[in-house]
Amino acid sequence: MHNKSLAELANGLQAREFSSEELTSSLLDRLEEKNSELNAFVTITREEALTQARAADEKIASGDAGPLTGVPIAQKDIFCTKGVKTSCGSKMLDKFISPYDAHVVENCNDAGLVMLGKTNMDEFAMGSSNETSYYGTVKNPWNLDCVPGGSSGGSAAAVAARLVPAATGTDTGGSIRQPASLCGITGIKPTYGRVSRYGMIAFASSLDQGGVFTQNAEDAALMLGVMAGFDTRDSTSLDRPVPNYAATLNDSMAGLKIGLPKEYFSDGLEAGTAAVVQAAIKEYEKLGAEVVEISLPNSALAIPTYYVIAPAECSSNLSRFDGVRYGYRSDNVTDLESLYVNSRSEGFGAEVKRRIMIGTYALSAGYYDAYYIKAQKMRRLISDDFEQAFKKVDVIMGPTAPSPAFKIGAKTDDPVSMYLSDLYTGAVNLAGLPGMSIPAGFDNGLPVGLQLIGNYFDEARLLNVAHQFQQATDFHKKSPSAYA
Amino acid sequence: MEWEVVIGLETHAQLSTKSKIFSGAATAYGAAPNSQACLVDLGFPGQLPVLNKEAVRMAVKFGLAIGAEIGMRSVFARKNYFYPDLPKGYQISQFELPIVGKGEINVVQEDASTKTVGITRAHLEEDAGKSMHEGFAAHSGIDLNRAGTPLIEIVTEPDMRSAKEAIAYAKKLHGLLIYLEICDGNMQEGSFRCDANVSLRPKGQEEFGTRAEIKNINSFRFMEKAINFEIERQQEILEDGGVIVQETRLYDSDKDETRSMRSKEEANDYRYFPDPDLLPVELEESFVEGVRKTLPELPDVKRQRFVDEFALSDYDATILTDSRPLADYYEAVVAVCKEPKLAANWVMGDFSASLNKDDKDLADSPVNAEMLGGMLIRIKDNTISGKIAKTVFEAMWAGEGDVDTIVEAKGLKQVTDAGAIEALVDEVIANNAGQVEAYKGGKEQLFGFFVGQVMKASKGKANPAMVNELLKKRLA
Repeated sequence: MHNKSLAELANGLQAREFSSEELTSSLLDRLEEKNSELNAFVTITREEALTQARAADEKIASGDAGPLTGVPIAQKDIFCTKGVKTSCGSKMLDKFISPYDAHVVENCNDAGLVMLGKTNMDEFAMGSSNETSYYGTVKNPWNLDCVPGGSSGGSAAAVAARLVPAATGTDTGGSIRQPASLCGITGIKPTYGRVSRYGMIAFASSLDQGGVFTQNAEDAALMLGVMAGFDTRDSTSLDRPVPNYAATLNDSMAGLKIGLPKEYFSDGLEAGTAAVVQAAIKEYEKLGAEVVEISLPNSALAIPTYYVIAPAECSSNLSRFDGVRYGYRSDNVTDLESLYVNSRSEGFGAEVKRRIMIGTYALSAGYYDAYYIKAQKMRRLISDDFEQAFKKVDVIMGPTAPSPAFKIGAKTDDPVSMYLSDLYTGAVNLAGLPGMSIPAGFDNGLPVGLQLIGNYFDEARLLNVAHQFQQATDFHKKSPSAYA
Repeated sequence: MEWEVVIGLETHAQLSTKSKIFSGAATAYGAAPNSQACLVDLGFPGQLPVLNKEAVRMAVKFGLAIGAEIGMRSVFARKNYFYPDLPKGYQISQFELPIVGKGEINVVQEDASTKTVGITRAHLEEDAGKSMHEGFAAHSGIDLNRAGTPLIEIVTEPDMRSAKEAIAYAKKLHGLLIYLEICDGNMQEGSFRCDANVSLRPKGQEEFGTRAEIKNINSFRFMEKAINFEIERQQEILEDGGVIVQETRLYDSDKDETRSMRSKEEANDYRYFPDPDLLPVELEESFVEGVRKTLPELPDVKRQRFVDEFALSDYDATILTDSRPLADYYEAVVAVCKEPKLAANWVMGDFSASLNKDDKDLADSPVNAEMLGGMLIRIKDNTISGKIAKTVFEAMWAGEGDVDTIVEAKGLKQVTDAGAIEALVDEVIANNAGQVEAYKGGKEQLFGFFVGQVMKASKGKANPAMVNELLKKRLA
């Protein structure tokens, strides 16, 4: 049952081939067993899941069910879940039980989805390898010595190992697309504002966007349809109707204009990855698409821009974790200053502290213009590049990450090389565009993703383009043999 | 050396919205600690601010009332600092692009001259909570009810030259905010708080001296004391050849002194940057025009109308229009008695004095406009004298009923019967033979003595004009 896609499981439930309780129980058994080696989950909510599953079965029996009622999923531990620990991968929130549900969680609950647990992640979503989690590194199911990518590494590993058919994620600079690529699954980050940030613990508010991991584009269309939508509680949420993403999945690729940014196929890209991406583009040509080379001249600015803006915002967003009202408080407190200093020093990990320091510096008097303001100007240039490109093409394609999954520990001592994992993804967040990663092939047995970048609100087209590739190929059906 | 005082004020006024500026929690004062703080106010993870449109409307109303530039595009920014009563670790404020730009407020002084105080800007921001240091053994308590309450911070140019001018401005502003119905003006509850920037420079020098910012001024009386204390402190330092340190000083009303809170070197670097959780506020012309239509008659216009319509002096009209409740009360009294001048004297005189004495708000006054107007009618129709009216007013204030009830109950009706007054006059003349002789011998200042004696004999009820007339006749 665990190899079935989300759509297949939904169909099975609707056809009463199995109950949600049976499905949930069977997935939980497998999840509990496999998680001990993958470390993909921080919390497994067996009891709550079974309660939800029984409620779903009642709805199915009474004819009140929605199309996805009773399907099990997982939530990234960055989304607040009422009554359940919401750690954000940090010691700071190790004992934090959220008193409310995030908008995404409300939407999933309303759709009748069953939450099996909360997935592991880089601490406060700061990382590209899942090695910064307080709960330890997540293993890549394709090779347990490798990282799954990050920051949504737990969700990606869980879907890749078929522990759940879908898991939510968030993407600030590549945190959905890069782990999707490294784990050989489908991941989508919609347009900024498409999914409400209410209840999504903030890393960098102007870049953070919720999305989802699935086995394939069809499932992603179903999940995004549930998660997206206007929410008055998030001022950056977009008041636009959510299209039926599944309705356009079968549109033809004939005449589709694909832009290949020449900057994405240069020095930083590993040859094996480049070959997989080129082969995937060829596949699109076979499907009738037209491929043109384009230029995104300011691409090289993306990483430095991102690593000013994201830390600047995070340095302020994380100020609320002060040991005063909730979260970790140091035992070693004698006065107000030691309460702050010790709670934050002990509660945050090294990468979080590094980014808070970078961000604090960038916003400081005397440096603000040189860093933050400059970065905002660069951000505009990067957005303008995309705007120009989308005058000529319908979708932009390229590698998601410069290489397949790397070994655990390989980049932990070299933050800059770690930051380069976001080389091709960060610009998309800076511009607020939707992006996807889909499985495109393998390099030495490790999956390689193809990145699709769409124009604003063009999620339906991205899903269509991804789905058509998946109709012609079977990379998305491959799962690691140990988890087959 | 002669010194010139330079003062600028920063005022934090609480806007009278029902809910907070970025959350749906109530703003009512005095609730049990932390009972009016929702997850947004508590700064919970994942919680986001949503701007209260009413706060924007009120800020625009203020801007229009002072003829200021309205920021058609304003931006909320985060002011970052750590403090336990600041739940998010930053205050959402406005920095580079405030909602209200340059404007001015005209202040009529005691000598009837008008002083124009420039307003640099006014911006929206959220209030912090309150730290409570008493009643928690070795700890401090935090009440976050106030966290997220909408404030408008109004910053002046350094245009004031004395404590008196600063207070005149602050009172004018205070009255204006209440006029506009955007602030309740309650200083005890912290709805209107002023910080004063004070510096001195040698008279004639253009360059400003180093300033000190005085905080914690929570009444007009303390404002005068705090500023004057600070002026003297700085003057002493300067005259001893010292230098003023740029710093923030706290006013201690118990000791009547200011003392250093933090110096410029210790000041926070607030690391302002635009709040990414909130979009820039872009106003439409139609919104601003809609707000303009809700503007009441403003104090300056009202003052001129009072001068024109009621023939009041500029000074009286200023005092009566300084506060909207007082102006409304005055107009209601006039509507009853049709005696603008008499009404002005009573409203500014005994009525205001009684409010002050009992420390009462106008809304809680035991004498309403109907009652005061009714009493003035009785003065006008000679039922009571102006002097007896004081007794009547006191009785009304004490809750003994309206003018007619009191006059009846106390037998205060004025005596206008010439025969009765004549009898009293005769009695006084007969009993004071010596004084009569002296008066007739040329000591004319004794006339007042006779008037007093007659009034006393009538228990104050005799019509004073008739007493004068009859006495003059008798003593001639």
